[in-house]
Amino acid sequence: MARSRQIRVLPGFGLSLGFTVAYLGLIVLIPLASVFLKSATLDWGAFWATVTAPRVLASYRLTFGVSFLAALVNGVFGFLVAWVLARYSFPGRRLVDALVDLPFALPTAVAGIALTAIYAPNGWIGRLLEPLGIRVAFTPLGVGVALVFIGLPFVVRTVQPVLEDLDAEIEEAAASLGADRWQTVTRVVLPTLAPSLVTGMAMAFARAVGEYGSVVFISGNMPMKTEITPLLIVTKLEQFDYAGATAIAVVMLAVSFALLLLVNVLQSWSSRR
Amino acid sequence: MKPHSTPPRGALAALAALWASAAGAADFTLLNASYDPTREFYAEYNAAFARQWQASHGGRLTVNQSHGGSGKQARSVLEGLEADVVTLALAYDIDALHRVGGLLPADWQSRLPDNSAPYTSTIVLLVRKGNPKGIRDWDDLVKPGVAVITPNPKTSGGARWNYLAAWAYATRAAGGDEAGARAFIQALFKNVPVLDSGARGSTTTFLQRGIGDVLISWENEAFLALREFGADRFEIVAPSLSILAEPPVAIVDKVVDRRGTRAVAEAYLKHLYSEEGQELAAKHFYRPRLASVAAKHADRFPRIPMVEIGREFGGWAKAQAVHFSDGGTFDRIYAR
Repeated sequence: MARSRQIRVLPGFGLSLGFTVAYLGLIVLIPLASVFLKSATLDWGAFWATVTAPRVLASYRLTFGVSFLAALVNGVFGFLVAWVLARYSFPGRRLVDALVDLPFALPTAVAGIALTAIYAPNGWIGRLLEPLGIRVAFTPLGVGVALVFIGLPFVVRTVQPVLEDLDAEIEEAAASLGADRWQTVTRVVLPTLAPSLVTGMAMAFARAVGEYGSVVFISGNMPMKTEITPLLIVTKLEQFDYAGATAIAVVMLAVSFALLLLVNVLQSWSSRR
Repeated sequence: MKPHSTPPRGALAALAALWASAAGAADFTLLNASYDPTREFYAEYNAAFARQWQASHGGRLTVNQSHGGSGKQARSVLEGLEADVVTLALAYDIDALHRVGGLLPADWQSRLPDNSAPYTSTIVLLVRKGNPKGIRDWDDLVKPGVAVITPNPKTSGGARWNYLAAWAYATRAAGGDEAGARAFIQALFKNVPVLDSGARGSTTTFLQRGIGDVLISWENEAFLALREFGADRFEIVAPSLSILAEPPVAIVDKVVDRRGTRAVAEAYLKHLYSEEGQELAAKHFYRPRLASVAAKHADRFPRIPMVEIGREFGGWAKAQAVHFSDGGTFDRIYAR
């Protein structure tokens, strides 16, 4: 029997793929599967009632909506930070570079407490905003501030290396062919960076959707107004309602996965064009 | 055979004696899973009990502590934290150890005196110095323009005591009419600008962020706040009616039987009722049960008429179902 066998240049494909699948299964899939199993103890009616209760729906709006806005804000300003770090050299550049990573390293509860202290009506910044009628802590705006904080490094760290690899000569070539500065950025630089920028924003978004520690301190946790979905999961756990908690978790997982998949598909589509 | 290879007889005897004493008095470690505000109290109590145990039984005893939100601690034990004893904020969380995990029998609360609550507290109102909003009682909390700080009863065990204390007052104010009580509670929560997820979070919001005119708080937490932040900045207001907060204790049967620590764990909890245990509880602002110790500290704790969870609400299981489970009276406050 003549079976055509694909010849690969690199050896060890079977072994490394096997390891990859086993590893992902152990670290990612089995824990997630247990979430689905736990929620499966609910029948369909109870599941649906749990995940569509008015308070839960309000929390989806807040969590997904504000996470999306925070990712957009990070897309703009994270790009700016990455640009400055990659294109200019100035005293203290390394320090700024290291600062960007801090939200990665800081325990989120510490971040939440620090942000709340600053933005509360008697805090350094909150005190200045209060006379203007702007309240940050204990409003959806406060949730946004916390999510921007934790999402920033994702955008910077994905865009920066691509930007560093992008030769300044390409920009110079564009200029010598008669492009003005604006055209160089929008027609040459941005299209090259778009995939990494979108990836960074998607990662920031995914992180924001699941964020708990930093947000619960600054959000004020008012039902229907500033309750994030992870807080409702904790609320269910507090009532020892494991099935209800995992039901909401399943919805979050499904929505996040669908959105991330969409981003990936969009990206491969745009790179094939 | 060379004579010096035999060990001297005296050393052998000493070794044998050591072995015997070690076999007779085993070393123990205990883990006490407790809630947040008891940290300092149990740190001191553990040392006192270990001294007493070692003096009477020999052997070495180490008591480790684990602290966190009451419900979270119960979940940790359910998920396998090997706590020999639990000392939590409310009986509902220990009930769950029976209901969800079968870790102890259903009648755990009748195994020790006083509903297994060796010390008690109550719910009081903490206001800013001089009481600028003139808050004297619960009905001042529903007035427009008064900002009330209390944690979310869905996530905080302590907050459930707060809620029930207010409910008990509201029921009486409304002449036993439930709709009236619900309207009162609704008005009260309309005045709550922030619902922190835990009691310590609310205390921080009120004391450090400067938000709110009044904090509904456990009495022991209020005393602690006065000590930490100064009696010149805050004062305690005793309401006309409150609730007897009973933080219960229990041994976790499944754990002590597996680890062979039942005797020492039981002694550990019983000692809480002794004069020494009661004195330490009073020192950390819990109300002692023992009459002699209570009398000694009577001037510290204001006399407040209190309802009891069993008589007023039919126990925690019922109170939880009526007020705090999904669709309960608390949820209906925020339902549109």
